[in-house]
Amino acid sequence: MKKDIILAGVGGQGILTIATILGHAALNRGWQLKQAEVHGMSQRGGDVQSHLRLSDKDIHSDLITMGDADMILSVEPMEALRYLPYLAADGWIITNSKPFVNIPNYPNPEDVYTEISKTTNHLLFDADQIAKDIKATRSMNIVVLGAAIKHLGFSEQEIADSISAIFSRKGEAIVEANLKALKAGIALS
Amino acid sequence: MEKLMLLGDEALAQGALDAGISGFYGYPGTPSTEIIEYVQRSKQAITDKVHRTWSSNEKTAMESALGMSYTGKRAMVTMKHVGLNVAADPFMNSAMTGAHGGLLITVADDPSMHSSQNEQDSRFYGRFAMIPVLEPSNQQECYDMAFYGFELSEKYHIPVMIRLTTRLSHSRSGVVRRNTLPQKPCNKPEDIFQFMLLPAVARKKYKNLINLQERFVEESTQSPFNEYYLDAKDYSKGLITTGLAYNYLREVYGDAPIPYPVLKICQYPLPASKIHELYNKCESLYFFEEGMPIVEEQIKGLGFSGMKPIHGRLDGTLDRDGELNPNKVAKALGLPSKYGKDVPEIVAGRPPALCVGCPHADSYLALNEAIKEYGRGHVFSDIGCYTLGFMPPYNAINSCVDMGASITMAKGAADSGHFPAIAVIGDSTFTHSGMTGLMDCIYDKSNVVIVILDNSTTGMTGGQDYTAFGRLEEICLGLGVEKDHIRTFFPFVKNHEEMIRIYKEEIAYEGVSVIIPRRECVQTLKKKNKREA
Repeated sequence: MKKDIILAGVGGQGILTIATILGHAALNRGWQLKQAEVHGMSQRGGDVQSHLRLSDKDIHSDLITMGDADMILSVEPMEALRYLPYLAADGWIITNSKPFVNIPNYPNPEDVYTEISKTTNHLLFDADQIAKDIKATRSMNIVVLGAAIKHLGFSEQEIADSISAIFSRKGEAIVEANLKALKAGIALS
Repeated sequence: MEKLMLLGDEALAQGALDAGISGFYGYPGTPSTEIIEYVQRSKQAITDKVHRTWSSNEKTAMESALGMSYTGKRAMVTMKHVGLNVAADPFMNSAMTGAHGGLLITVADDPSMHSSQNEQDSRFYGRFAMIPVLEPSNQQECYDMAFYGFELSEKYHIPVMIRLTTRLSHSRSGVVRRNTLPQKPCNKPEDIFQFMLLPAVARKKYKNLINLQERFVEESTQSPFNEYYLDAKDYSKGLITTGLAYNYLREVYGDAPIPYPVLKICQYPLPASKIHELYNKCESLYFFEEGMPIVEEQIKGLGFSGMKPIHGRLDGTLDRDGELNPNKVAKALGLPSKYGKDVPEIVAGRPPALCVGCPHADSYLALNEAIKEYGRGHVFSDIGCYTLGFMPPYNAINSCVDMGASITMAKGAADSGHFPAIAVIGDSTFTHSGMTGLMDCIYDKSNVVIVILDNSTTGMTGGQDYTAFGRLEEICLGLGVEKDHIRTFFPFVKNHEEMIRIYKEEIAYEGVSVIIPRRECVQTLKKKNKREA
């Protein structure tokens, strides 16, 4: 089994936390992992991406081959489209629909949604709103993760265990908020 | 043994800690920064009292590491590729003095220029200095090469370069640790001539370095990190990979065996006999190098007639610039190249930008206003977050060349009558390479305005300390700037008019002015508030 995931967003939106949780869950299974990150200049409000590769066998490349990604998991809708060359024909786009507008020429969101709906497999939802509704505003990224786990073959328990382990030092309240966000995300899938 | 999930940078740092290192020296620079940041967080480093504070620049770092090596202890200096230009003088000469305690010179290159102004390949420097170079292909090799590198360095009393590239520096994977080694005791070099490069001594040392070359080639040939798969099904192509290009090759073939013979090279100088063997066996050679076509050029030379075809970056089989990836490697080998769908046209670029609330933004908006009457083309800038002031809506600066160049380029322009000549430099960059340029301005009484944007951190690389923190005015005063022409202000929208007035007053002054807009970086402030909460 091998899962190639492109995580996408804008610097500071929390895609590396998603990567950490998925990576933790994969390691608990005894899987291998490679995760290429973006550091440095591009983090400053620019587009960021992480190539996350999980497999029960050895992984060679740190980068995902174009046309091979099982999923584009994005916390911002336009950013999901930026990595279409990587997506396999039967791959999934799972993305937050809430635009992050920090450029003057951001396209009409409806056009962005139309482009996303052109892909065979996609899930589009307002993760910001969902997180707000369940009073876990800062866990938008975990809602997005929740929507993805079924398609990545992870159980709720596996991801919940990883969330608990990773957030435990930040206190019970934060763990609970993230677990709620996870459930809300799973309900979307 | 324990398995850790580490970035390539971190794996190398942990390897060096476990291999008994006594000190790390360096200046932050993407993609090398995480090496020393990891050490600064490491309990092991704190317990073992390993040196881990930042240096003023790569040159001082390199010399400090050489000094630690002089005492017989193991040391590492870290930098990004362009940092080695700054450290080139001690670097080249360290090959002549050699090392006493193991000395690793770690340079992280940035092919594709993710966060750099060029994509120079540090292997050129390794070859130039005639020292062994190690180029790990994965995170485990990063870890293991720290042990191996120290051994090699001590065996031949020679500094060893470790060359990383962005994709490895910033990619995470599992690393298995080994038993740790103790630090070395402090003892002087036995040979009192070792670090004395007077010409008469240096000539002997150079001959010694030349004589070592054959041994270095032997070491490479036997290296556990160089792998030779010379038996294969198909000899129409012979493949040579360097560093992490090997992973892409493996990726392209997936579970299937690679049909051609392959040389995986991760240690230099090149294992020449193996390359001869491959050349003789195969009808053509293919080179896959992460970086410049250094090996390809060495083998191809001028391409004499009768030579078998050699393919790589030089003949366009691979792009001449930019980093490699599995798709490029597949295409070069004539394999079907996979591709998803094109990026829809509506997707807009999202370039990096100054953060919301960034103090530099306020400093720039006022500066633009103050020099409006002169038109564009008067602001020389430097390397840091504030380089983003080139972008709209600021359009505030006109140059970015190398660390410190803002001040000296403004000086040269002022010397030729350009008015006003304004330099904009960050506080950490000023510490790194601005002071000597300022001395030149003072010596010549050049008509320049030097703006030191003080956000109290090394911002672009994620917020590191720097050595002149909190002492900028004292330093400028000490170097000879007149007290009345060292001005400070708090860059904030409310102070817009005051800032414009100060800029204008100092532009009007004929001589050296220093203006220090001072407000903490919003990112480091956020981190600090989080820590305190």
